Amino acid sequence: MADLATNFNGIQSPNPFWLASGPPTNCGEQVMRAFDAGWGGAVWKTLGVPVVNVSSRLAAVDYSGNKMSGLNNIELITDRPLEANFKEIYAVKKRYPNHAVIVSLMMESKAEWKEIIQRAEDAGADGLELNFGCPHGMCERGMGSSVGQEPKVLELITSWVMEYATTPVLVKLTPNTGDILVPGLAAVEGGADGISLINTIKSVIGVDLNTLVPLPNVGGQSTNGGYCGPAVKPIALYMLSALAREPKINIPISGIGGIATWQDAAEFLALGATSIQVCTAVMHYGYRIVEDLIDGLSNYLDDQGMKSVTELIGRAARNIKDWGDLDLNYGVVPKIDAETCIGCQLCYIACLDGGHQCIHTRQNPCQAFHGESDHGANPRLEPAPPVMHKPDGKVHENVPFIDENECVGCNLCSLVCPVPGCITMVEIPHTRGKESWNERVAKGLG
Amino acid sequence: MNRDYSLNDNRLETRLEDAKPLYSESEAKIEANRCLYCFDAPCIKACPTGIDIPAFIRKIASGNIRGSAKTIFRSNILGASTARVCPVEELCSGACVYNDLDHKPIQIGRLQRFAVHQALALEREHGRPLFTVAPPVHKKVALIGAGPASLSCGAYLALEGVATILYEKSDLPGGLNVTGIAPYKFMAEDALNEVNWLKKYGLDIRTGVEIGDELTVSDLLKENDAVFLGIGLGQDTFPGIPGEDLEHVFGATALIRRIKEDPGFELPDDLHKVVIVGGGNTAIDIARELALLGVPEVDIVYRRTEAVMPGYRHELNHAREEGVRLLEKQTPVRIEKAADGTLDLFTEHTDTKESTVHHADWIVMAIGQKKFAADIVPGLDVDEKGRVVVDETTRRTSVPNLYAGGDCINGGKEVVNAVADGREAAYAMIKSWGLQPVNTAEKPGSNSHG
Ligand SMILES: Cc1cc2nc3c(=O)[nH]c(=O)nc-3n(C[C@H](O)[C@H](O)[C@H](O)COP(=O)(O)OP(=O)(O)OC[C@H]3O[C@@H](n4cnc5c(N)ncnc54)[C@H](O)[C@@H]3O)c2cc1C
Ligand SMILES: Cc1cc2nc3c(=O)[nH]c(=O)nc-3n(C[C@H](O)[C@H](O)[C@H](O)COP(=O)(O)O)c2cc1C
Ligand code: SF4
Ligand code: SF4
Ligand code: SF4
Repeated sequence: MADLATNFNGIQSPNPFWLASGPPTNCGEQVMRAFDAGWGGAVWKTLGVPVVNVSSRLAAVDYSGNKMSGLNNIELITDRPLEANFKEIYAVKKRYPNHAVIVSLMMESKAEWKEIIQRAEDAGADGLELNFGCPHGMCERGMGSSVGQEPKVLELITSWVMEYATTPVLVKLTPNTGDILVPGLAAVEGGADGISLINTIKSVIGVDLNTLVPLPNVGGQSTNGGYCGPAVKPIALYMLSALAREPKINIPISGIGGIATWQDAAEFLALGATSIQVCTAVMHYGYRIVEDLIDGLSNYLDDQGMKSVTELIGRAARNIKDWGDLDLNYGVVPKIDAETCIGCQLCYIACLDGGHQCIHTRQNPCQAFHGESDHGANPRLEPAPPVMHKPDGKVHENVPFIDENECVGCNLCSLVCPVPGCITMVEIPHTRGKESWNERVAKGLG
Repeated sequence: MNRDYSLNDNRLETRLEDAKPLYSESEAKIEANRCLYCFDAPCIKACPTGIDIPAFIRKIASGNIRGSAKTIFRSNILGASTARVCPVEELCSGACVYNDLDHKPIQIGRLQRFAVHQALALEREHGRPLFTVAPPVHKKVALIGAGPASLSCGAYLALEGVATILYEKSDLPGGLNVTGIAPYKFMAEDALNEVNWLKKYGLDIRTGVEIGDELTVSDLLKENDAVFLGIGLGQDTFPGIPGEDLEHVFGATALIRRIKEDPGFELPDDLHKVVIVGGGNTAIDIARELALLGVPEVDIVYRRTEAVMPGYRHELNHAREEGVRLLEKQTPVRIEKAADGTLDLFTEHTDTKESTVHHADWIVMAIGQKKFAADIVPGLDVDEKGRVVVDETTRRTSVPNLYAGGDCINGGKEVVNAVADGREAAYAMIKSWGLQPVNTAEKPGSNSHG
């Protein structure tokens, strides 16, 4: 089995899976159960001057019958006394010396930061995470994302923290910003040992159409919250890869945002994350999901012949380029496997209305106008008889076919097709060599 | 020992079609994604081996096939056969929460079959074994019989580094998994392939050795650290009525065994009507098998009513769809040879005592099997029905170091019960030697990483 042990700039954990700061890390009893279930580390629920939280505070988007594909919250930082939190951190570290406990912090003045860092480290924290990301409530008080959005302030507070901290410090970034490289570089400038991202995305999740109160409802009113869960993963992956590709970001990154399965985790690692943090998926299913995270990732690493999880880190980041460097001569076309096609014609309607009008059925003439090569006027129905004989003996006459000359190779049909492996995008061989937009501009072509 | 077991293709059972074929990948994904991943799931509780069902299903959905199969095997090493032979309608799927939503329950057996099938194919392809056998612990266990109970016990012991030898009186291992299961669920060669797979993990099987003759249970107890009794049940019992020894009166399991195992065995062309005596699942099985093999008239005569018959309702429903009739409240009295060479079964109505004659070409007795454990183990405690008495958690018998499981302790339940017994006995043996099992799940539902 591949070695999953993780060293995050000095923070050691038996595997890269950490709980993100949030309800799953509210208290010591929870964190201990999480470690028993297999989690390698936990970022404690953000500590600061304890607040009062509202009720209710969560709302979710369900998609196609799947619950909680996106979650929105208006919870602030811890509402429990600091004393209790530190006592529990101490107890956890005593019992689990080999697991990582990172304490998330949010303060205002330099003196306050100094004190809380001291107390967190005295309690046994293996590292600190600075919450510069919370996009609701705390930012109205000048903390959280209002820091993350001001690179100068972010750099200053980071440098204060670095004066006092003796354990590694991670800066947790907000995605609510124009260019993620700006706060990322500010964290490096401030001397941080690592970056974690993303925190939640500013959002209004929906409206109760009976009461016309947006969600979550707090006594007939609502406020904007922070969005997380599976829906935010692509945004997090982009931000992670942008930092990973920037040579000046020379500190490790802890990837967060929508991670629910081992595949999600593997993608974050491949795009440059050194550790993984999970919040929503645990809120949905419990700590037990870590079993498949670990098992699936180690089986994947074994299958890839990788001896250790570190071999995966950043392997895909190097394959992300600027658009201008992509090869304009490369092309693909779809091939439909008539044997497995179920004849739903989702690909046909997608290409007709949302693509480039180059998938046709055998029964109906093409409805689109194609200029000179119009086959709307000259219906091009494929001469060959319908193909497919399914193993069950059913014959489908509505297997569509592709006009490869018209096809732009966008992938849409293969994305909508509900049958795995039925539409394959196949590379078109050519002898023109590689040419990118930037190369064309350099040659004076447009 | 290294010979792979195989069978002749020319067997009657191969003419019957698989009632629940292997899922394709897309079918499996769709079904897996339907599972709600219940917490404290009722399906787990309904599984005698306590497989963590939502966990293995989620792993199918996530594409972690090896992990899915290991989750199954840690609790149920005969996951390949139980996926197909378990009466899931009565067990896991019968308990699935979808039943309460008035929706089709998750097809757990078929998902289990898919996961195990894919994982074993991957294992063959990559040559990377699913399990790592623990280093030798210098313990020896002999197992009597090579049916599901002993195979399960022996396999877990082998995975824990124990030297195991299974003694089987037949020429083939597998017990009723090979000789008894209805072919539309599971064919004999699939059962043998499962045994062949287990042998790779160190099972040593000696076929053609009947314990009790030259080698006795006491001999084995002397030479081993423990002995496991997995002898199942004996021959078909007969009701003890005049004429039951006539030609063309069969015992049900003996007849099923011929359909499954005997190369060249054929039903006579003029076999028109068969009457089956009994009300359990064996009676329904042989009725369905004969009906599916083309016998025009198959009747089951049962001495009580449908409402109280031990055979499963879903099985009886299938039998009826296939043309089988159930005649209630008929107690067999005697069999006579008719003038035309066929047989007459005389029955008496349980309440009215009215007499009925059933003409038949064949009569099949499916009223139970003999219990014989006490005959081969002197001093063994058995209950009034002849079932071996064991401790509920450890499966220890009254004889020191002798454990038992499967049909010989429960009087004839399912394969999955035998597997659970085997695992729990193996677990108890390992613990009794002060060792910690690494490949064997502890008790139903216990879930650990691996
Ligand atoms: C017709 C029929 C259909 C069934 N269908 C199903 C089904 O669909 N699903 C299901 O889950 N269950 C089914 N069952 C039940 C299931 O087959 C049994 O519960 C299960 O096989 C019990 O396993 P076992 O190991 O205890 O016994 P067996 O499978 O009976 O195995 C015992 C083995 O011990 C050997 N043996 C006996 N005495 C000795 C000795 N002295 N020395 C050496 N070897 C010995 C026997 O030859 C045999 O191979 C069916 C049973 C029958 C009869
Ligand atoms: C209810 C709730 C409370 C949260 N509280 C905190 C917090 O106190 N500090 C913090 O840094 N992040 C907090 N987060 C953000 C998460 O740590 C995480 O960055 C975000 O949810 C994205 O990850 P996910 O998609 O796995 O949930 C919270 C998230 C939720 C849903
Ligand atoms: S999830 Fe728990 S805390 Fe939240 S509303 Fe329901 S019961 Fe209350
Ligand atoms: S979407 Fe896929 S299955 Fe449906 S018609 Fe197109 S190719 Fe066939
Ligand atoms: S009860 Fe049904 S839905 Fe729930 S976990 Fe089991 S199989 Fe899945």
